Amino acid sequence: MNVDMIVDGERFELDVEPRHTLADVLREQCGRTGTHVGCEHGVCGACTVLVDDEPVRSCLMFAVQAEGAVVRTVEGLEQDGTLHPLQQAFVDRHGLQCGFCTPGMLMTAVHLLDTHPGADRETIREEMSGNICRCTGYAGIVDAIEEAARSR
Amino acid sequence: MKCAPFEYVRPTSVDDVLAALAEADGEGKILAGGQSLVPVMALRMARPAVLVDVNRVDGLSALDHAGGNVHVGALVRHQALAAQTLHPLLAEAARHIGHTAVRTRGTAGGSIAHADPAAELPVVAVATGATVTVAGPQGDRWVAAEDLFAGPLMTTLDPGEMVTGVDFPVPTRWGFAEFARRHGDFALVTVVVAEVGGEVRTAVGGVGPVPVRARATRPEELADELSPTGDLHGTADFRRGVAVEMARRAFASAGIREAA
Repeated sequence: MNVDMIVDGERFELDVEPRHTLADVLREQCGRTGTHVGCEHGVCGACTVLVDDEPVRSCLMFAVQAEGAVVRTVEGLEQDGTLHPLQQAFVDRHGLQCGFCTPGMLMTAVHLLDTHPGADRETIREEMSGNICRCTGYAGIVDAIEEAARSR
Repeated sequence: MKCAPFEYVRPTSVDDVLAALAEADGEGKILAGGQSLVPVMALRMARPAVLVDVNRVDGLSALDHAGGNVHVGALVRHQALAAQTLHPLLAEAARHIGHTAVRTRGTAGGSIAHADPAAELPVVAVATGATVTVAGPQGDRWVAAEDLFAGPLMTTLDPGEMVTGVDFPVPTRWGFAEFARRHGDFALVTVVVAEVGGEVRTAVGGVGPVPVRARATRPEELADELSPTGDLHGTADFRRGVAVEMARRAFASAGIREAA
């Protein structure tokens, strides 16, 4: 089945299998392996991407459903070799260790900063609660997002 | 795991959805937000032959006053429910559903039709006495929420029918309380108390196969009429105890001492 979508500013016209999730197609047909697939049933949040500016678990959406959509993945954050402020803050504040959850964390956090400018720690914790990290204990992640929110 | 193969159709009208369901002859499944259906398919606990994607069906996203009710179209996302101010109880309930990335996709009609006994919206529907609009081959019919839920993940809907909207009466006073082990998880117990047309109605989720309409007039009396089953998340006694405490909180926040 055909799907026509924009991923990180690049247009893709693809033939996809209906049962392939958006995560599968981003990774295998769009070269966006930065989008990680953890649990594959909507629990861990690692595969979170933005679809028309809303955070979506890309393992719970079939790629055919993204027809006409604008998708943003972690690989669209860096611009001309400069990290996105959130990426830089994650580096500076120990917001990651192994990095598996990081793409989902970052895309969730991008939406968080867009919708809750100046978010406090409680709001950050609330909004990030759907993303699981097994390395950092979360404190570094909250620190990083708080720093990015303040420096906006 | 990957989902088993299926045929995918994307109709744009309710009539075409019904036609696709009829053609699938019981093997079709409606895909709305996909936040419950897709995990079940990924775990291969469900393998529908045909997925009927209703996300592009016109006219199912209304959210407005209709008489003393708030009409919620089947495709209204939990996020929109959480943000609206027409029905504060629905907004509070929707804020407790999953996480942001779930609420952006999950739909009101999907939650009702999925009929998870621990989900928030079915409990609100039973507590407020909501009416579900069901489209089928013979036209529309209207089902009281209490008559819709038949068991865990089971409704009285025919495989050829679809939920197109829900009318929720707006309560004059209400309280909502739930207990979940972790933020965003399905609640162990949810209690909703709503005063509708002068009558105080209580519904409890997570203590039976469907949301339970409780007749107790005070939270303390609730324990006697609930018969939850224990599971790995909590024993029957524990759930009963939590239900009483949640009822206390719901009644208190509603400002209702006794549902006379």
